[in-house]
Amino acid sequence: MTRTLVLDDVTKAFPTGTVALEEVSLSVSAGEFVSVVGPSGCGKSTLLRLASGLDEVSGGDVEVNATSTSYVFQEPTLLEWRSALRNVELVGELRGVPKLERRRRAREALDLVGLSGFEKQHPRQLSGGMRMRVSIARALVAEPDLALFDEPFGALDEITRLRMQTELQSLFALKSFAGLFITHSVSEAVYLSTRVVVMSGRPGRVVADIPVPWGYPRTPELRYEPEFGALVGEVSAALGEHS
Amino acid sequence: MSTAAVHQPTAHPENRTAPQEAHVTSTATPAASSTVASAETPAAGSVPPSGPTPRAGSGRAAGRRRLAGAVAKVGPLLAAVAGIVAVWYVVTYLVLSPERRFLLPPLHQVLGTTLGNPLVMGPMLDALWQTVGVALCGLAIAVVLGIGYAVVMVQSGWAERILYPYAVILQTIPILALTPLIGIWMGYGFSARIVVCVIIALFPMIANTLFGLQSASPAAHDLFTLNRATRAQRLFKLQFPAALPSIFTGLRNAAGLSVIGAIVGDFFFQQGSPGIGGLLRTYTLRLNMDSLFMAIILTALFGVAMFSVFAALDRAVIGRWYGRSGA
Repeated sequence: MTRTLVLDDVTKAFPTGTVALEEVSLSVSAGEFVSVVGPSGCGKSTLLRLASGLDEVSGGDVEVNATSTSYVFQEPTLLEWRSALRNVELVGELRGVPKLERRRRAREALDLVGLSGFEKQHPRQLSGGMRMRVSIARALVAEPDLALFDEPFGALDEITRLRMQTELQSLFALKSFAGLFITHSVSEAVYLSTRVVVMSGRPGRVVADIPVPWGYPRTPELRYEPEFGALVGEVSAALGEHS
Repeated sequence: MSTAAVHQPTAHPENRTAPQEAHVTSTATPAASSTVASAETPAAGSVPPSGPTPRAGSGRAAGRRRLAGAVAKVGPLLAAVAGIVAVWYVVTYLVLSPERRFLLPPLHQVLGTTLGNPLVMGPMLDALWQTVGVALCGLAIAVVLGIGYAVVMVQSGWAERILYPYAVILQTIPILALTPLIGIWMGYGFSARIVVCVIIALFPMIANTLFGLQSASPAAHDLFTLNRATRAQRLFKLQFPAALPSIFTGLRNAAGLSVIGAIVGDFFFQQGSPGIGGLLRTYTLRLNMDSLFMAIILTALFGVAMFSVFAALDRAVIGRWYGRSGA
């Protein structure tokens, strides 16, 4: 199996002297969806910035085997002056995809996240959940081998959040990219992932790597199963010991 | 097997590290003001929003609504004008004694002696027209220079640190101190007056454009960095569109200042054909009160017209820009 993302003994220290990550090793293979949970300030987001190349490591290696990487930010990060369709098209525009082609792909991506009919709406005309869907469509339109998610559902209300989780795991089942998902919600991590990585507080280290047994697509009702609850408990316990 | 790539250090967009001092005269960021969130998140694949709901009712009702809307828009302005006129008459007839009444002649007398007299109104309108020309030319030049200067500044942190002080110096030297010098250097014609106008209108264009260009979020910059956007792509697809609302704010301020600049130029540069500012001075020296008040009214109307045009332009463009069409 191709290891799409490999972090090997990665350390990140900032010029201020803060050590955000210490000797973190982590790999994500094609068809794997790995969630990282940890207390706030443990360097989860830093991990993602290193994986994407937005920041440089202070020590260790980052290896990415992907022709296309996409990144979903905490905020939808849409361009307010562009319609939903043109926001999704932006990626193709920047990468030089011909207009007809990128427009067709953008429509498909919006359709995939359930936003057909909303192509012409501007971000401020959409609800929070819909804006995040546009953001996910923009990430998927480039057919990524590696998709990075930085707590994308953190700002959504509970009901929208659960619905977005259900949709994201079915998109993962459909597209089978390698996914790395940052969250501070243990149940979200367990519900979405093939593996949950638990990190300690600052400096961030990997303290547990817990596999999740269920296949995809997963039903919303999975959350009510006793086994699900047990696994959430196991991850929470690992988190509690080290925070 | 996909291609292997080890990440190389990626340069940050430099402008993100640029110092973001509070150097903005006045800026509106409609983007941040309020987000119109729909009440509910429609489920995946739900019905697209319907178009404008068909308005029931007769054309007469629609006409009444339009009329009510127009009254609501113009009403406060008319009320303000009526208030000013009322105070005017009170001062003229109740405050001033008859022998001092020439200090504020009643409005109907001002209008009566000027409006009907082509010998007065002719030169006054010619002069106003010239001043309008100066103000518009000055504004156009200030807009181009101001936006250009801000675009250069935003290219790197050091460009901003080097170039910004000049803009501040330009802003802090009182225009009244510079104007006579400009007259000596450049003569007293059209071009010297335009220069005065540009100097006074430039700073709000520079400051607001710069603020706008820096207003895109760090995450949006990351998005462009991750997709390997070129400098030009970043400027034209991110920074410039993000700056548009601030640029319009700057434009509105600069438009008002360009009127002041043109009149100041007129006022100082008496040689050559007079602008409305030149006439203001002439009327003052001759204590020609009726004409003086008429000239003041004309300049005020000119200022209001400039401001209104750019405010309307602002609403129209920015509204469309952010998809607030029909709102």
